[in-house]
Amino acid sequence: MTDPATISAHATAIRLRGVTKTFGRGESAVKALQGIDLDVPAGELTMLVGPSGCGKTTLISILAGLLSRDGGELAVFGTDLATLRRDRLAAWRRDNVGFIFQQFNLVPQLTVAENVSVPLVLKGESVAAAVRKAHDLLATLGLEGRGKSAPLKLSGGQQPRVAIARALIHEPRLLVCDEPTSALDAELGRRVMELIRGRSTRPDRAVVVVTHDDRIFHLADSIAHVNDGRIDQLTRGAAYARPTTSTSMGTSSASSGKNPGVHT
Amino acid sequence: MWRFAIKMLFGDSAKFYGILLGLGFASLLIAQQASIFVGLMSRTFAFVGEVGHVDLWVFDPTQSFVDDQKPLRSTAIDRVRGVEGVAWAAPLYKSLLVATLPNGVRRSVDVVGIDADTLAGGPAEVVAGSLADLRLPDAVMVEIGSSQQQLRLPADLAPGAIPAPGQVFDPAGPTRDVEVGDILELNERRARVVGLVKCAETFVAAPTVYTTYARALSYAPQSRRVMSAVLVTANEDADITTLAERIRAQTGLEALDPNAYAMRTLSYWMRETGIPINFGIAIALGFFVGVAIAGQMFYNFTLDNLRYFGAFKAMGASTWRLLGMVALQALVAGILGLGLGLGAVSAFGLNAAGGKLAFKMLWQIPLIAAGAVLVICILASVISMWKVVRLDPADVFKGP
Ligand SMILES: Nc1ncnc2c1ncn2[C@@H]1O[C@H](COP(=O)(O)OP(=O)(O)O)[C@@H](O)[C@H]1O
Ligand SMILES: [Mg+2]
Repeated sequence: MTDPATISAHATAIRLRGVTKTFGRGESAVKALQGIDLDVPAGELTMLVGPSGCGKTTLISILAGLLSRDGGELAVFGTDLATLRRDRLAAWRRDNVGFIFQQFNLVPQLTVAENVSVPLVLKGESVAAAVRKAHDLLATLGLEGRGKSAPLKLSGGQQPRVAIARALIHEPRLLVCDEPTSALDAELGRRVMELIRGRSTRPDRAVVVVTHDDRIFHLADSIAHVNDGRIDQLTRGAAYARPTTSTSMGTSSASSGKNPGVHT
Repeated sequence: MWRFAIKMLFGDSAKFYGILLGLGFASLLIAQQASIFVGLMSRTFAFVGEVGHVDLWVFDPTQSFVDDQKPLRSTAIDRVRGVEGVAWAAPLYKSLLVATLPNGVRRSVDVVGIDADTLAGGPAEVVAGSLADLRLPDAVMVEIGSSQQQLRLPADLAPGAIPAPGQVFDPAGPTRDVEVGDILELNERRARVVGLVKCAETFVAAPTVYTTYARALSYAPQSRRVMSAVLVTANEDADITTLAERIRAQTGLEALDPNAYAMRTLSYWMRETGIPINFGIAIALGFFVGVAIAGQMFYNFTLDNLRYFGAFKAMGASTWRLLGMVALQALVAGILGLGLGLGAVSAFGLNAAGGKLAFKMLWQIPLIAAGAVLVICILASVISMWKVVRLDPADVFKGP
């Protein structure tokens, strides 16, 4: 596996060429991905956008190692995930991927800090040490002293931050989020997305966000427009080349970004 | 993750208590019914254990259980005494007779007649009086326990007092326990209570009345004036097994040591009555109710948590680790449920101790209940585990 230090910002973290995926067979077969070509750079936030059913979730699942591709080439930080067997693949996800789920999926019976600690515990850290780190990270996300609460006791604005903390606590090289704002109102969705961008973009980390929420397009470095299983446009987002701290000011539409490099 | 598995289990209190209740109820029913069964069955041969210092019981070969009276000829006693290796042999009489109380109430009693010389076959525990007093005229000793329910004398007849001529008592009037000195009637013959004894509860719940062998015969109706068994004590150097064979060969009678005699009685009741089947059904019912309730609840619990298991799987937890979490949850629920059930059974047993209820929790019974709960937990968790194995980590990105 490639050493993270060798991946510099804007180098290609994930490389897809002609990736295909078909669900089912025969009459009822659905060609979800029909040849995806995409380079996801490290140090950037890449959004996958497009109409419902176009294949966004399928694509993000494949590059996060949750789903196998049928054809084409895929290298994630230099690793071809197809070469990993199921348990090795699980270990790869554990070591390399942070997830933010649409419903956040925080376990209600565990405390906030315990939820956040899960990726570290899965990596073999003791619960005590992992929970301590979780408290520290939560504090930097404005959740100081809330670590012992039940997740459902937190406000709607606090829960996404717990999910963000859980996705980042083990410092993954890849962060994937599928529709992270779709369950939130517009204002909260924008704030959460700003937080994701502000906290997660790092030179050695690739961030991939699936969304169809055009109010957050301006927070992308690049936007891949998925249509019918293909990427028919790749545009630079408004946030590209801007310091991550000033992401909240832009309101420009996604298509106005510079460098509209189009792949087909 | 083990700690998290347990917290997930305890945290879902409604389901957790449901699972505990199911498992607790199953182990309660299994252990309680098994204990009552064992208690009831050991009453069938309790009389054998009541008789101490006997090496062999000699009885008619066609007798299949303790209360199955097959008369022996009066010569049997001498034939047994003639067998080499027999230290002494004493006759025993045992039969249900009718006792009439001063108020005219008639009750069945289990009359046991023991050898007046050796007093062999006497009760283990004398509460009042002395066993030797049985040699006095008309003397009997009455079992307390059963007699306190069944042999009740008129309250206005003082203990030991003889009813005045022409004095009548209301059969439905107030009554008191039997006391030393009281006079009963056994088949229209006088029986004077000279002592009280304590016996193990027997299957035939009639109160036991001890007297001498000769007097027991005199109480019995003509047709039942027969010997029930011969009690044998072996010479110190004699081997019991070979002695039993010798008695069998020389007398044509059956000779068994107390254990074997008890087992012969037990196996008759097991074979010939519906009791084992009935208890078996109750125990199986406990098992299946446990499977149904606990299994259903546990499965629902896993279903509720499936999306979190799915999230863990996506985050890189191996399938084995998730299966371990489910197994641990089932095991912890099983141990707590078992503890709950066995605790309740023990409380029940302590409550029943010394009472009318047959209850005997052999040490094997908790183990059987534990085994049953383990099987219930395995059955309950297998479907849950299947769900977890089949869980597709890619489903975490599907809608709620
Ligand atoms: N597990 C599956 N089995 C069958 N069809 C699927 C499955 N997952 C996705 N699809 C189909 O593949 C297409 C792309 O789905 P998806 O990637 O979820 O789209 P999006 O996330 O862009 O809405 C859709 O037509 C969907 O019905
Ligand atoms: Mg989708």
